[in-house]
Amino acid sequence: MKEQLEALQQEALAKINDVNEMKNLQDIRVAYLGKKGSITKVLKGMGKLSPEERPVIGEVANNVRNAITEAVEEKAAELEEIALNKQLEEETIDVTLPGRKVNVGGPHLLTSIVEEIEDLFIGMGYEVKEGPEVETDYYNFEALNLPKDHPARDMQDSFYITNELLLRTHTSPVQARTMEAYKGQKPFKMICPGKVYRRDSDDATHSHQFTQIEGLLVDKNVRMSDLKGTLDKFAKHMFGEDREIRLRPSFFPFTEPSVEMDISCKVCNGEGCSICKGTGWIEILGGGMVHPKVLEMGGYDPKVYSGFAFGMGPERIAMLKYGVSDIRSFYTNDIRFLKQYHHA
Amino acid sequence: MYVSYNWLNQYVDLGGISPEKLAEKITKSGIEIEGIEYFGEKVTDVVVGHVLSCEQHPNADKLSLCQVDVGTETLQIVCGAPNVAEGQKVAVAKPGAVLPGGFKIKKVKLRGVESNGMICSLQELGVKEKFVPQEFVDGIYIFQDDVEIGQDVTPLLNLNDAVLELDVLANRADALSMLGVAYEVAAILDKPVDLPTETTNSNESEDAKDYISVEVEANDLNKYYSAFIIKDVVIKPSPLWMQNYLLAAGIRPINNVVDITNYVLLEYGQPLHAFDYDKFASDKVLVRRANDGEGIVTLDGQTRKLSNDDLVITNGLVPTALAGVMGGLDSEVTDETSTILLEAAYFDGTTVRRTVKKTGLRSESSTRFEKGVDPERVKRAGLRACYLLEKYAEGKVLQGVSEYDDLDYSEKTVVIETNHVNNRLGSSISDDEIAAILSRLQFSFEQDGSEFTIHVPTRRQDISIFEDMLEEIARIYGYDHLPFTLPEGTGQVGALTEYQQLKRKIRAYLQGVGLMENRTYSLISEHDVNKLISPEIREQNPVPIALAKPMSEDHKYLRLSILPGLVRSLTYNLARNHADVAYYETGAVYISKEEKITKQPQENLRVAGAVTGNWVDHKWQGEVKPVDFYVVKGIVEGLFEQLKLTVKFEQAKLEDMHPGRTAVIKLEDQVVGFLGQLHPILAKEADLKETYVFDINLDSALEAYENEPSYVEIPKYPAISRDIAFILDKSTSAGDVKNLIESVGAPLVQSVEIFDLYEGEHLETGKKSIAYHLVYQDPEKTLKDEEVEASYQEIVKAVESQFNGYVRS
Ligand SMILES: [Zn+2]
Repeated sequence: MKEQLEALQQEALAKINDVNEMKNLQDIRVAYLGKKGSITKVLKGMGKLSPEERPVIGEVANNVRNAITEAVEEKAAELEEIALNKQLEEETIDVTLPGRKVNVGGPHLLTSIVEEIEDLFIGMGYEVKEGPEVETDYYNFEALNLPKDHPARDMQDSFYITNELLLRTHTSPVQARTMEAYKGQKPFKMICPGKVYRRDSDDATHSHQFTQIEGLLVDKNVRMSDLKGTLDKFAKHMFGEDREIRLRPSFFPFTEPSVEMDISCKVCNGEGCSICKGTGWIEILGGGMVHPKVLEMGGYDPKVYSGFAFGMGPERIAMLKYGVSDIRSFYTNDIRFLKQYHHA
Repeated sequence: MYVSYNWLNQYVDLGGISPEKLAEKITKSGIEIEGIEYFGEKVTDVVVGHVLSCEQHPNADKLSLCQVDVGTETLQIVCGAPNVAEGQKVAVAKPGAVLPGGFKIKKVKLRGVESNGMICSLQELGVKEKFVPQEFVDGIYIFQDDVEIGQDVTPLLNLNDAVLELDVLANRADALSMLGVAYEVAAILDKPVDLPTETTNSNESEDAKDYISVEVEANDLNKYYSAFIIKDVVIKPSPLWMQNYLLAAGIRPINNVVDITNYVLLEYGQPLHAFDYDKFASDKVLVRRANDGEGIVTLDGQTRKLSNDDLVITNGLVPTALAGVMGGLDSEVTDETSTILLEAAYFDGTTVRRTVKKTGLRSESSTRFEKGVDPERVKRAGLRACYLLEKYAEGKVLQGVSEYDDLDYSEKTVVIETNHVNNRLGSSISDDEIAAILSRLQFSFEQDGSEFTIHVPTRRQDISIFEDMLEEIARIYGYDHLPFTLPEGTGQVGALTEYQQLKRKIRAYLQGVGLMENRTYSLISEHDVNKLISPEIREQNPVPIALAKPMSEDHKYLRLSILPGLVRSLTYNLARNHADVAYYETGAVYISKEEKITKQPQENLRVAGAVTGNWVDHKWQGEVKPVDFYVVKGIVEGLFEQLKLTVKFEQAKLEDMHPGRTAVIKLEDQVVGFLGQLHPILAKEADLKETYVFDINLDSALEAYENEPSYVEIPKYPAISRDIAFILDKSTSAGDVKNLIESVGAPLVQSVEIFDLYEGEHLETGKKSIAYHLVYQDPEKTLKDEEVEASYQEIVKAVESQFNGYVRS
């Protein structure tokens, strides 16, 4: 009987080895190990064996059963793997075909620049203030030391609506309004970004609407060197650590002394080129120490408080930083322009 | 202001500093040099020649054959200029001369005749056309008779001069004169200033007062008036050097008298006016306000209607000049003039400015009066002109002057203290340095230790307070020498306000869902201003705000909606074959209800979007879907979700919008915007295909936002869901039914979602089926089936009674 079992094992293992489909494998398992299987049949004759022979044959039978089971499992795993590989092979796709396009939007270049400047000054403790675009003559001019008939009013030909109302020509009225709101008591620092308007014909370098960011700091003992240091931080942040700044005297009715800030030309490194008109310097912004009359009109005692102010144009900064050559491109909203800079 | 380097060198020894270097120094000290232009180019071997004879070239009609004496020899020269003639003194380039552009002069044969040199035009000598006197633009240059034959033409023609263009800002009226610039440059270079001669040699016995008297009636507008009399003047061209300096300054030479008044205007910054005394026809100058309706014919031949705001010079009867602006034609100096009445006066700047604005007659004179002239220099300018008229017009200057004088010549006093200066500048300038700077500026002062009492010269009308003096000291000391420091001040914390953060959040959201930010103009056309206005604005009957003086029809009104601008952006891109565009913009619209605006308008912050073309564009997968109502609605729903706000959408018919595909957006029963399809007619007009837009009142939305993140416990008890489909009339809106289910099902119904819409086969005509997915949950306990069933039945009943709907089986 032992020989019989061992012969069956040989036979089963050979069949398992030859099989290459899962279904046939299961058939083999049933044919040998199932209730009506050949091994089971042989074992039915166990009753005829002597008590001494039984455990011996029992052990042989177990071994045979285990060997076949093991071989079936092994073969099953092998077949599964083959089947899976085949399936994966069939599932292969062309990875070079384009993906499903995701709609991606983005900020306008001017917004990116305004936010970058906002974040820089917020980091230095400044608040961000906003104000109306349709302003009164008082806040746009008079509170900034520009009385009616002042010759400097020619500097900014304005869009008037009535004699008293106009589109603000700069964001400085926000400064006047902020001083007034703080009632001459609180030292503060703020920047005010926003839209401004001037009576200009639109061309490559002029736009009747543009953006401005102004800054104002009022405190006790503010020095002109503080303005210089602050503007230096700004210029290096926006244009690179290797830029140098230069302050030149200038004139604005609302500051005294007044300054114009240049940065060294990045194109020629100060040697002089067509971008900087041969001077090695590029004008970036204006500023100065707040005029005592402006402080006074804002309710601050110029004997106790001093301050500095500055103003810049994000369009100009964008034009210098990214080589935008026509200011009108900020307002025509050409998709190619917007996409080019939306990650800037 | 154009400043000739050679002219400036007459007052300050420039020590040979290059024009470029000088320009840089002036710029850094406060007056920006916008450009440098060379008058001409230095040439050699070009001399003054005398045309001894001039005949027609034997072989050429248009050429002349000239014998020209150049001092050392006589040269035969063939000349093609139409204006060459015997007896002229001309610029001759001798053989060997090199003209600008490397053009070498050689002995040549022209049409068979030897030509040993060239008679030059100014352009051929490198003079820029703007500096060439009108009469010599089309031919050779002809010198005045008194020039020496054989002389080098370079200094004569000022060829080696450089012209600096100064950008003089409103405060520095003093720099609108050569003397003012001289003081500035002297301070920068630490040099003295040489002042021009003002004393005449004449000892005429007659007195100007015998010829003219001066009366000033409008003594608030005219603080000083002087009248000089110069007899027997000879009208002729002014000397060459003067013509050259005038040309450098951008003024065309006319004759000696006019040129002298212009020259002194540039030199002193003081406008003068010369009348023909005989034509003035009176022995009295009366300065008064014009009478309303009075007229004058000005030098340009125009008749000007005057009003009481204008200041006029009269001969006692009629106006002879618009004070400080322009003279009258009747008393103009001409070739026949022999006696001159010269005016040097101080007119009120504001008055001049008003007259200029009204007449549009801005001139070198009016500009200077507007900005303010130096009181101390008014009369001196008159004396200087007399000196020049005597010298270059053979005039006899009568002694004395008729004048009216109520002018304030006092100098302002400013006291500064070294510590105060340093505290403001952050510098460490010493007392001695301050004293040195004041000396360089030629400001007189008294020093008491570190306190300076400064007497500001009247030429510097811009300096009156400490801060003005601070700038003077800082700019001469050099802004470059100030240290870099940071403010020490308050510990103010910088942060965006919640409102500002939300604005950024909304923008980030819209960009995240695929919209690109736009910037369009606030000023739009009449055509656009009434379009696509949100209903909550429209119902306020806003009056579009117009500019008083628009620059163009395209930018005339302040917008009442962002959408017309966005629609234009889409059109712009579509015209360039970019058909799929999704844009948004945040910004203000300007609402005023006043028929005639007097108050600032309400500036309402809004966010608007416009989408056209394909929204889904997966071509090779065959998934291409144009934008539709629900794409834009999804974007809007998401936007309000960002703000944790619940809004309702109601079908609406709005101007400019598709009547069946438009909804208003309501927040707590207030309209806060709208969305939908742009009306096909409007889209066609804008060359657009199907386009969807939205417009939301961001102010209202942000106001409703409440940032109180309260913790809501995640429910512990299981939820039960039920699906229910209703057969409804087609006209019944899915949202209304949803609202009903929510209110009837409350509080157990947690959410209602529409998951199927069916119209068509197997349904009665005029009907549709909508399926809702309901989720029930009780936060306190496990729900029982009976409770859910009871609620379900209630909902079915309610839908049946209110919408005549029934459950689809
Ligand atoms: Zn450069």
